[in-house]
Amino acid sequence: MQFNTLSPIYLQIAEYIHDLILNRIWDDGQRIPSVRDMAMELEVNPNTVIRTYAMLQEEGTLENQRGIGYFTAKDARSLVLKQRREKFIKRELPQLFSTMETLGITWEDLQQYAHTEEVGNEIQA
Amino acid sequence: MASQEVSVSSEYGIEGDVVVRMTDISFAYQSKKLFSNLDLEIRRGNIYGLLGKNGAGKTTLLKLLSGQLFVQGGSVEVFAQNPQKRTPSLLQEIFYLPEEFPLPKMKATEYLAMLSPFYPRFDHTMFGVYCKDFDVDLNQRLDQMSLGQKKKVLLSFGLASNTALLILDEPTNGLDIPSKRQFRQTVASAMTENRTFIISTHQVRDMENLIDPIIILHDGSVIFNDTVASVSDKYVLNLTTSEPSKEHALYTEKVLGGWMVLSERGEGSEGQPLDLETLFNVVIQTSKGTMGGVR
Repeated sequence: MQFNTLSPIYLQIAEYIHDLILNRIWDDGQRIPSVRDMAMELEVNPNTVIRTYAMLQEEGTLENQRGIGYFTAKDARSLVLKQRREKFIKRELPQLFSTMETLGITWEDLQQYAHTEEVGNEIQA
Repeated sequence: MASQEVSVSSEYGIEGDVVVRMTDISFAYQSKKLFSNLDLEIRRGNIYGLLGKNGAGKTTLLKLLSGQLFVQGGSVEVFAQNPQKRTPSLLQEIFYLPEEFPLPKMKATEYLAMLSPFYPRFDHTMFGVYCKDFDVDLNQRLDQMSLGQKKKVLLSFGLASNTALLILDEPTNGLDIPSKRQFRQTVASAMTENRTFIISTHQVRDMENLIDPIIILHDGSVIFNDTVASVSDKYVLNLTTSEPSKEHALYTEKVLGGWMVLSERGEGSEGQPLDLETLFNVVIQTSKGTMGGVR
């Protein structure tokens, strides 16, 4: 995993875990790697992983079964989906609208791009 | 450059029992005074990063707390013992990896047989695993190995020794590119809540996400000893294109495309957290060469 310098590491790890859940790489209610294994995989301080797991536990995405380990919640995917949709609507859409206005891109243009398979080439041309 | 002092809340302070306590210590080499009134507390279950400029005394500090040098004033307690007494019960809980070291004319396997009995919880299986991960040939003679190879043997030995305190002085110097990654993975996996690691380094990029809390040694004292989070939760870095006024910026740095400005994090304010290099520069510059500054 490549970290960037834009946000704290523990939040980037949380995003990474959200992606794993959203993409069904981790299923609802499944056991997940221990703090130590996760720290090793990501080459980070185990205390950072503890902080991420604690945060995700608080928001309800992860559960800690004492003596056994960490699990994703039964409704982990729907929780993450709800959170990500909210973020998309509140934070990413306004930026998209603002960019569309600046560049003079209309709804019709958007629809056209949505049905074009090779969006990248279309925009370059 | 800096005009205000940076202060830090302890909401994300360092947790764990105190395992090392240095109180009001002083130390000098002949006439050259190095430390005066230095205080330091180290807590269990953390991977500390010890940072400081060349000659700040990082190695000296590590030798003082492992009983290899003696303080001239003040007191040092490690696991409630005085390291100067070098009792076996304390020494079996400390492993010290020096920056440079000679090794005897023998194979790693012979070295292991000779020294591992001094460490009651030495894990021979894990020693084998670490050496394999680091790609070390145990049948090669230690005195014929390169610095990097020797470091990997001693690093594997230190991690496998399961001592409560592991001191690593510039451990990534001499390591090749793949070994630095292996180093981070191995250290992260060997860490437990009962162990404490102290890693002194100039290679902050090798360790960026590994060491935390950070200890900064400057002008004879410890001017910073806290978690990275305690700073990044309170301060942010932002890029501005106009030169910031010197009265309002806590710290500024000229970069490509403008200035990086450190400011207090307001409610919901955007900005980057501090990387270790910037943290170090901020702390050194705001300390004004006196004690206090960033705390």
